[in-house]
Amino acid sequence: MSIFEYNGSALVAMVGKNCFAIASDRRLGVQLQTIATDFQRIHKIHDRLFIGLSGLATDAQTLYQRLMFRHKLYQLREERDMKPETFASLVSALLYEKRFGPYFCQPVIAGLSDDDKPFICTTDSIGAKELAKDFVVAGTAGDSLYGACEAMFKPDMEPEELFETLSQALLASVDRDCLSGWGGHIYIVTPTEVKECTLKGRMD
Amino acid sequence: EIGCRVQFTEYIQKNVALYQFRNGIPLTTAAAANFTRGELATALRKNPYQVNVLMAGYDKEIGPSLYYIDYIATLHKVDRGAFGYGSYFCLAMMDRHYHSGMTVEEAIDLVDKCILEIRSRLVVAPPNFVIKIVDKDGAREYAWRESVKPDATA
Repeated sequence: MSIFEYNGSALVAMVGKNCFAIASDRRLGVQLQTIATDFQRIHKIHDRLFIGLSGLATDAQTLYQRLMFRHKLYQLREERDMKPETFASLVSALLYEKRFGPYFCQPVIAGLSDDDKPFICTTDSIGAKELAKDFVVAGTAGDSLYGACEAMFKPDMEPEELFETLSQALLASVDRDCLSGWGGHIYIVTPTEVKECTLKGRMD
Repeated sequence: EIGCRVQFTEYIQKNVALYQFRNGIPLTTAAAANFTRGELATALRKNPYQVNVLMAGYDKEIGPSLYYIDYIATLHKVDRGAFGYGSYFCLAMMDRHYHSGMTVEEAIDLVDKCILEIRSRLVVAPPNFVIKIVDKDGAREYAWRESVKPDATA
């Protein structure tokens, strides 16, 4: 079993009309054994920027702590929040620093730019950025997620429709992957508010 | 690993005590758990400790809490946890019988059920168990469950 599949994860972010949504599963496992069903994979960097970290849980936790540290320093120096594009470059740089001993994580970054345009991006474990206009996926359920999202995505969805679409795509995909699941966590972010919901799916 | 285990847990113990000496107040359970994870994570890519940790603590404002820390420094706050080959049986037992707000008697009863499962199902079951309790009065040894008494002459 690959090291990326040790803990199991599923992450997806999708773009809507002046909003974005980012969702993850909730399972923390150790290979075939489930340890917890309330594991947080998505973290808030600031009100308009979220990062989800799939892959090895210990590296996801270390990477999140390092990124929070860098962002807080940035906030102190610049007296403002980081733009999503800048943050994506920061993540990419941090990951490439460990090129020959990498963090076994695949991050999904989602944020709203200054003009309220949604920005999503994913990188591989050594920091190669992949910008997308519609959706990005990561984790052990990644292949299923690509299929589900491609089928269900429509451009310029309103927040409510985006929530429905993303929930259905996530739950359908994790049902096909034994290493991820046990419900879902979804954040819908618009310029005015952040909505956080827990999804109930097949609990297995 | 036995060698790692003794050395690492004593190291954590002494550092937690040092914090209390330096700062006059004890570390919260969450802080101690995060410190332990930090030590494991730092050593992970140099000279990893082969130690799995279940850290239980009682804080006055928060109440009791339990942290699961893997040997590769995965940290998670849990209600119930287990490590090792017996964990498969224990976790199943706890999933069935655990509910939040259990009394001490109910909890000991559940622990005994788990020990019974390990004794009957595990080929390499250890013979003796110690039960410890952590609550507002501190951490203490509560009981032993022995099937092989220690040799009096040893």
